[in-house]
Amino acid sequence: MTTRLRSFPDVLLSVENISLSFGGVKALTDISFDIAKGEIRAIIGPNGAGKSSMLNCINGFYHPQQGAITYKGVRRSQMKPHEAAEQGIARTFQNIALFRGMSTLDNIMTGRNLRMKTGLFWQALHIGPAQREEIEHRKAVERIIDFLEIQHIRKAPVGQLPYGLQKRVELGRALAAEPELLLLDEPMAGMNIEEKQDMCRFILDVNDEFGTTICLIEHDMGVVMDISDRVVVLDYGKKIGDGVPDEVRGNEAVVAAYLGVSH
Amino acid sequence: MLYREAGQFKTTYVADQQIFPILQDRIFVLAVIVAAFLAVPMFASPYLYTEILIPFLILSLAAIGLNILVGYCGQVSLGTGGFMAVGAYAAYNLWLRVPELNNLIVVFLFGGLMAAAVGILFGIPSLRIKGFYLAVATLASQFFLDWLFARVKWLTNYTPSGSVAVGNLSVFGWKIETPADRYLLILGLVVVATVVAKNLVRGHIGRSWMAIRDMDIAAEIVGFRPLRTKLTAFAVSSFFIGVAGAMWAFLRLGAWEPLAFDINRSFQILFMVIIGGLGSLLGSFLGAAFIVLMPILLNQLPGWFGIRMSTALLSHLEFMVFGAMIVFFLIVEPHGLARLWAVAKEKLRLWPFPH
Ligand SMILES: Nc1ncnc2c1ncn2[C@@H]1O[C@H](COP(=O)(O)OP(=O)(O)OP(=O)(O)O)[C@@H](O)[C@H]1O
Ligand SMILES: [Mg+2]
Repeated sequence: MTTRLRSFPDVLLSVENISLSFGGVKALTDISFDIAKGEIRAIIGPNGAGKSSMLNCINGFYHPQQGAITYKGVRRSQMKPHEAAEQGIARTFQNIALFRGMSTLDNIMTGRNLRMKTGLFWQALHIGPAQREEIEHRKAVERIIDFLEIQHIRKAPVGQLPYGLQKRVELGRALAAEPELLLLDEPMAGMNIEEKQDMCRFILDVNDEFGTTICLIEHDMGVVMDISDRVVVLDYGKKIGDGVPDEVRGNEAVVAAYLGVSH
Repeated sequence: MLYREAGQFKTTYVADQQIFPILQDRIFVLAVIVAAFLAVPMFASPYLYTEILIPFLILSLAAIGLNILVGYCGQVSLGTGGFMAVGAYAAYNLWLRVPELNNLIVVFLFGGLMAAAVGILFGIPSLRIKGFYLAVATLASQFFLDWLFARVKWLTNYTPSGSVAVGNLSVFGWKIETPADRYLLILGLVVVATVVAKNLVRGHIGRSWMAIRDMDIAAEIVGFRPLRTKLTAFAVSSFFIGVAGAMWAFLRLGAWEPLAFDINRSFQILFMVIIGGLGSLLGSFLGAAFIVLMPILLNQLPGWFGIRMSTALLSHLEFMVFGAMIVFFLIVEPHGLARLWAVAKEKLRLWPFPH
């Protein structure tokens, strides 16, 4: 497969000298990289490299001890998760984090909560503005349900769905927010080939059709090299490579990290 | 008519988002409500009103309130009795000090609003503490409120032992005198409150509660603010509980003292929610019906079979049955009677071809 060579002039998010540790464990050490507007950016690395921690810093779930993150031109040392959501950052989790007691439809509807403004009074009556709002957002959610081909499980409680479908619903919830930056933590882990192909198609379509910037973590190298524009490589919390897929593939440190050669 | 949804296609989102999407359900619920308003008053005895229907309806409302907090938002509370007391005494003070008003609806709403304010106050710790510790904190609020109504004499109008009484009640000029009047007023208010509760839980506010309940971290990441969401749940829940407390005091008891809303009341309502079904409005009614009817049945049953039992034994039996039911539902079916009902309905929907 040839790598897609696209150019992206604007930086959406840049990470500067981020360090994060838990007690004595250094999860991230002095990491810097940027994510350009409109690109698909991958983060790869062996288990425990600090990939998930990096995403957690970006959306404010972890607070790094050092460094800063500049997003849409605003430089912050940290923010709260709901602020990240308000700023247009949505994500999925490595271990699915759906609302298990709710249906597929309700889960995806929660993705639109920041756009739903009617207060207690109208909600209590469920007429007028409250009903109009509910229907307007229901339509948007139905488009996502169609896009992800999950019409048949619309009313099903998500706790009982198979793993692959749960991952899809979680993607749906993130998409419902119409994010500018979508963070995906191992969206294809544990899927069979067919499910992976579907997921790749969804990711590429989202990026193409809505221009959503995507930052994803993935272990399947074939997938990563196929769909991403640029790749960051982490190992033991340090950045050991950064560039377009072909550069990264040729990087000796990266090859060594993946082959488990001592360094 | 068979219980089927076949052929009932939803062509609009409004139709799909109805409270009862299946036609037979709508007819059934409507029939129950009409019967409750029109048929019951034709035959009901004062005993049926005061010992069964009135307690059942008011406690259902309290259970709905608690279910919003515990079942929908996942925040445990043992302070229900205290919030009912706030509703009751706030309503009492408005009724007492502004006699020109003399409108129970306004008085009850005031009781509910005051309870909501107190609920918000005691809900603030929920941002930091969860589960067992939150239960203990709400228990502390129960004891604090018990103490407040026993000690701050102004609240109980300086009556000895804090026992107060109300009379001459009316609603927009309609004098509430007979048990039937009280029943109809309560029924009307409970129907309205139930529709309001249903509307809240099926909209974005309800989803915010359930999101916090199911996974608070993910809820924050999709943009819900944990404190605001939890406090909304505390406020709405305490509002319903406060109104129920005011109704209990004014329309069930007529004269009461703080003891009517002690910790036993908190447990009683919590048991209704657990037995009826966490996170189900129907369950709140089923749980209340169970807890109101169970002691009466236990009292009558041995007599019907010609068995004589001492009252002491009967009351022990009551405890044992409740204990067993609660353990059963906590372990086997946390969604309570409401789930059993749903399963039965599902079977009926497929009957007579279960496969
Ligand atoms: N909340 C936490 N508390 C303590 N240690 C943590 C925490 N989160 C991550 N770590 C540690 O930080 C390091 C990096 O973890 P992280 O989950 O970011 O790795 P990863 O690259 O996502 O790995 P994987 O591929 O297995 O998902 C690990 O050593 C991990 O044990
Ligand atoms: Mg990870």
